[in-house]
Amino acid sequence: MIDTRQHMIDVLESMLAEDERLAVVLADISASRFQPHPRVLNLGIMEQTMVSVAAGLALEGFIPVAHSFVPFLVERPFEQLKDDFCYQHLGGNFISSGGSYDYSIEGMTHQGPGDIQILRGLPGMQIVVPGTALEFERLFRQSYANGSPTYYRLSSRSNSSEQQVEFGKLAVMRRGRKGTVLAVGPMLEATLQAVEGLDVTVLYCTTVAPFDGETLRQECAGERLVLVEPYYAGGLSMDVIEAMKPHPISIEAIGVPREILSHYGESEQHDEALGLTPQGIRARIVDSLA
Amino acid sequence: MSNGFAHLEQLMSEATGDEKHDWAAISTIHVLWVLYDRVLRYDPQHPQSEDRDRFVLSKGHGPLAFYAILAAKGFFPASELATFTRWDSRLGAHPDRTKVPGAEVSTGSLGHGLPMALGMAIGLRLKGSERRVFALIGDGECNEGSIWESALLAGHQQLHNLTCIAINNHSSTPNLGDLAAKFASFGWATTTINGRDHEQIYAALTHPDRERPTMIVADIRQEEEQ
Repeated sequence: MIDTRQHMIDVLESMLAEDERLAVVLADISASRFQPHPRVLNLGIMEQTMVSVAAGLALEGFIPVAHSFVPFLVERPFEQLKDDFCYQHLGGNFISSGGSYDYSIEGMTHQGPGDIQILRGLPGMQIVVPGTALEFERLFRQSYANGSPTYYRLSSRSNSSEQQVEFGKLAVMRRGRKGTVLAVGPMLEATLQAVEGLDVTVLYCTTVAPFDGETLRQECAGERLVLVEPYYAGGLSMDVIEAMKPHPISIEAIGVPREILSHYGESEQHDEALGLTPQGIRARIVDSLA
Repeated sequence: MSNGFAHLEQLMSEATGDEKHDWAAISTIHVLWVLYDRVLRYDPQHPQSEDRDRFVLSKGHGPLAFYAILAAKGFFPASELATFTRWDSRLGAHPDRTKVPGAEVSTGSLGHGLPMALGMAIGLRLKGSERRVFALIGDGECNEGSIWESALLAGHQQLHNLTCIAINNHSSTPNLGDLAAKFASFGWATTTINGRDHEQIYAALTHPDRERPTMIVADIRQEEEQ
């Protein structure tokens, strides 16, 4: 399996040669993995300034990319993302690493299950959750220069096969009659295992914002929908309700529960403890569709 | 002081219907006037011309003086100043670059403008441009951590195309001590001037360091205005 963070770096290095508008700003994290380049700027450990500098570069016509771990890219410089990019209508790209509890041994200071719902509060912020390294590349190339601020949630947890994903579109993985399961990013593989033998539609989401409500309306089977998200559960609930109006829909939200995670170990141990294995997901889907 | 400067004060009075103005605005007006009247390169008919110097009102507070100067220099009609902060005005209590011709950056939340100015200075350097970036911060704004992140970064990057003016109007709650010495310790060329002396302001703005970012601490006290 391709290392997602390394592939992201390889993609950026390749694109720096293709597009002279692209400029990467870093705050030490991943800096040693980049080859020296005039448009790869390691600013030091100052994430608020990193995001503002990225905005200054955008004002000068560059397409900036800022990268760090989730808490240091989303939570510490949140106001810079809001004021310097969203309010100013500036385009820029923010690529995290370490989704939810990827960095399980580091504790919650280095984990980020809240990123998507925090950023959903910013008007104009696009949110991309690829399920594999190659899906990141595909989605990034489609969206990096579209003039909007865009967040890419990278995870070391990947699906084992790529889908032909398209920015802003849900993909239909299979069709059924008894209900709909909407899997986000790296939760697709566990979801497909979980629904084996169940008569349900499975939709795959890699662009959380803007959400593809049109495809959901067309493909939604039944009045029950199960969300399977790799971050805090229920991130897409309001989008689903809005998309399905005026039809009522019952939502079961599977994802990371809102609690302080206090264990270390492996990410897979957190999956077990939180019921986010294929077996745990299946049990909740069967229960909610009964 | 020039007739132009006197006209500026008249514009501000007409805009607010009051001869007394916000101290946050008044304390910046001398520096802004000298900057726009004699130093900054710009074309009000083409405010986004690539061949312009950039000015960032980092603190964003007290923008009436900034608006009055932009109007006096032809970026928009002076009559528009009377709409200041009204419902459908382009001129809010903090400048919005998407509305105000000549406003390079939207600011208001303290500590955002200077690091964005750094990004612009880095961008200009990458483009091989000779144009300069000016940022105006307040001494109160210097309480923000991002100002000191920027001080460290600009010194490290040797951003000699960046000039920052700190209006020291003595509004900081913690005692800042010698502000110029602090920036000097971060690798800036620094000078402290009288913030209402136009010749001192002009001399400081037109003699930037050739290797380091330049910090001009413009000292100004409210009681001197009386």
